[in-house]
Amino acid sequence: MRLRRELQRLNLDENHFQLFGVPARFELDTGALEERYRELQREVHPDRFAAASQAEQRISMQLATRVNEAYQTLKSPLRRAGYLLLLNGVDPEFETNTAMPPEFLADQMEKREALEAAAAAGDREGMIAFSSELRLEQDALLARIRRQLDTSDWAEAAATLRQLKFLEKLGEDIAAAEERMES
Amino acid sequence: MALLQISEPGQSPAPHERRLAVGIDLGTTNSLVATVRNGIAVVLNDREGQGLLPSIVRYFRDGRTAVGREAEREQARDPRNTVVSVKRFMGRGLKDVVHVENSPYDFVESPGMVQLRTAAGVKSPVEVSAEILKTLRARAEEALAGELSGAVITVPAYFDDAQRQATKDAGQLAGLNVLRLLNEPTAAAIAYGLDNAAEGVYAVYDLGGGTFDISILKLSRGVFEVMATNGDAALGGDDFDQRLFCWVVERAKLAPLSAEDTRLLLVKSREAKEFLTGHGEARIAAPLSSGETVDVTVTQREFQAMTQPLVAKTLGPTRKALRDARLEVGDVKGVVMVGGATRMPHVQRAVGELFRQTPLNNLDPDKVVALGAAIQANVLAGNRGAGDDWLLLDVIPLSLGIETMGGLAEKVIPRNSTLPVARAQEFTTFRDGQTAMSIHVVQGERELVSDCRSLARFELHGIPPMAAGAARIRVTFQVDADGLLAVSAREATTGVNAAVAVKPSYGLTDAQITQMLKDSLDHARGDVQLRVLREQQVEGERMIEAVEHALRDDADLVSAEEQGVVRAELEALKKTLSCNDHRTIKSAIERVNRVTEAFAGRRMDRAVKRALAGRKVESL
Repeated sequence: MRLRRELQRLNLDENHFQLFGVPARFELDTGALEERYRELQREVHPDRFAAASQAEQRISMQLATRVNEAYQTLKSPLRRAGYLLLLNGVDPEFETNTAMPPEFLADQMEKREALEAAAAAGDREGMIAFSSELRLEQDALLARIRRQLDTSDWAEAAATLRQLKFLEKLGEDIAAAEERMES
Repeated sequence: MALLQISEPGQSPAPHERRLAVGIDLGTTNSLVATVRNGIAVVLNDREGQGLLPSIVRYFRDGRTAVGREAEREQARDPRNTVVSVKRFMGRGLKDVVHVENSPYDFVESPGMVQLRTAAGVKSPVEVSAEILKTLRARAEEALAGELSGAVITVPAYFDDAQRQATKDAGQLAGLNVLRLLNEPTAAAIAYGLDNAAEGVYAVYDLGGGTFDISILKLSRGVFEVMATNGDAALGGDDFDQRLFCWVVERAKLAPLSAEDTRLLLVKSREAKEFLTGHGEARIAAPLSSGETVDVTVTQREFQAMTQPLVAKTLGPTRKALRDARLEVGDVKGVVMVGGATRMPHVQRAVGELFRQTPLNNLDPDKVVALGAAIQANVLAGNRGAGDDWLLLDVIPLSLGIETMGGLAEKVIPRNSTLPVARAQEFTTFRDGQTAMSIHVVQGERELVSDCRSLARFELHGIPPMAAGAARIRVTFQVDADGLLAVSAREATTGVNAAVAVKPSYGLTDAQITQMLKDSLDHARGDVQLRVLREQQVEGERMIEAVEHALRDDADLVSAEEQGVVRAELEALKKTLSCNDHRTIKSAIERVNRVTEAFAGRRMDRAVKRALAGRKVESL
């Protein structure tokens, strides 16, 4: 049975990196990840088992769900970083640890005020500039977290990740403000 | 002679073992059935050579039914017993149905879904849809000279869980083995993509009789990956007819119409709409039962002006789908037009302007969905041929969430997650010895539960009695490849499976689902403030209960003086709970926190000592 073989090969205890056969580090070949994702889904997706037994259909759904979860985690730099931390026994403490460098917080506060002002004024250009500035900042933090993860500075990486989460939320708020402007 | 051939699942069996499979487009206005013959998808026609079956069912007093053209011909004579556009009622409660007052039907409210009283008795939309499916099944079995092994039925991508479940139920009621529910724009993408060996990002704009979908797909080496989908489950060609109908009534200064005359003029309006696609003007002339005669002429320009707002309503969801896919207009290589309503020139123009390119119309917009479904059905039934190594990855259109304290919706599975998808969420008990809890599952993008669509209420029983907060109930939400949700629950510390009882919800209003995404933006600001306030109120209540509990249990750990201070702050906190300022509540909570800190420390010490005392020496 093809599914059985696939089940044996796909050890469910494997972590996401092992499942996708990529090294467990932050740097990632996204092309290879995508390619492997398609290969895996080609094998396990429920559409391949629509005419099979109910048991096989159920296993196929579980495997495909697992592959989707792993892919979504590895594809997103933030989720990937958080996952790497968890694999190394470090909890990123998104909910509980809100300690941030004061200058970072002050900067965030300023940005939020600027965002609200731009949104209230319907300043489309300002929003676009805002987004690209945010992207630059995110890129800088991503470069930093890559260094920290590569050198196993887990606690520092966790702190950087919490800042990245902050920026992600800001990005979502910018997108929502842009949508409000459009409608 | 040939060697013994063993075919694995998913591979093509020998020709004589070919399983008969069909794709069915169960549309608002028309339905079709198609199959793959000699490697080519074809629509199966009825005996008169017609492919489209009008989605109209007429019920007679003796229980007999007429489906399709026969029912269509008599609809103006017997509107109450002739059901049109039943798709709009699938998975919907009475209060969801728009324009109840203009509908000729005798609606019956019933749990979960509205029903219709006809000459042949009370019928649910599932039963009415099953009549259409039965007719198509009979047509297919006659054409293919055999029993069907399975069918793929298409649904609007923006259909929620209740609407999908109703569609699947209708298929089963019609005696079909439903292999998969397939999203209509995705079906169109399969037919188009495989036909054109397309690669890259495509948008499918699907404006049907009663629903609008927009899907953004990435086609890459045989994988159809839906990146985002959006839409409006109550916007379609029907609404254009309705606009024109209202315009005619106003222009001809007609008195309130009978159900028969209403249906007659709606049919005439639809014919005029279709005529206007290729002509500059259309005449609407009809003798009414009231003795009046309607005779008006409408120009294409007038028609487009009155329906432009409907076209505009499709553009917002289209932009949102692009944004959710994190793509720009320039990334889209082609726009595939699906659904009869996309024939209207002003729809073509608006879509072309938005995407800055001429939309693709090389497949019949009425048939492309059924053809794609047939291709998918053929593969799912196990007739996978050499060139059929393609794969489809679809998404869930609307976020799934659960109700948390204060009537807030907490998202468990976000919209546009690739299927199948599962998320586990942990809950705990609120009171000592609690053995049951209720979980309310909702679908939608808004922050307040009351603004989302209620899918089901689950009651978990058999939780082992424990101290408040000690039980850990893990609830798993699994959405399968049909986009259907299943929920299971398990208490984690004891491994006891909690029983799940499902109560189907009375649906919310249709307007709500169509407005959900739009409103979530308009109201995001107000929602957030309300949310923060409720969170603080819940937090405050929890604080009061916890501190009072502690004061009762460990009274000996606090001095009378300390107790006085704590009680004073508790009273102050209680007073702030009814105010509308979350900051006031927050600072009151912080004050209670401060004055109870030392007490909490002493309680913790006692608890640790108690825990250690209870353990055997060797385990330390």
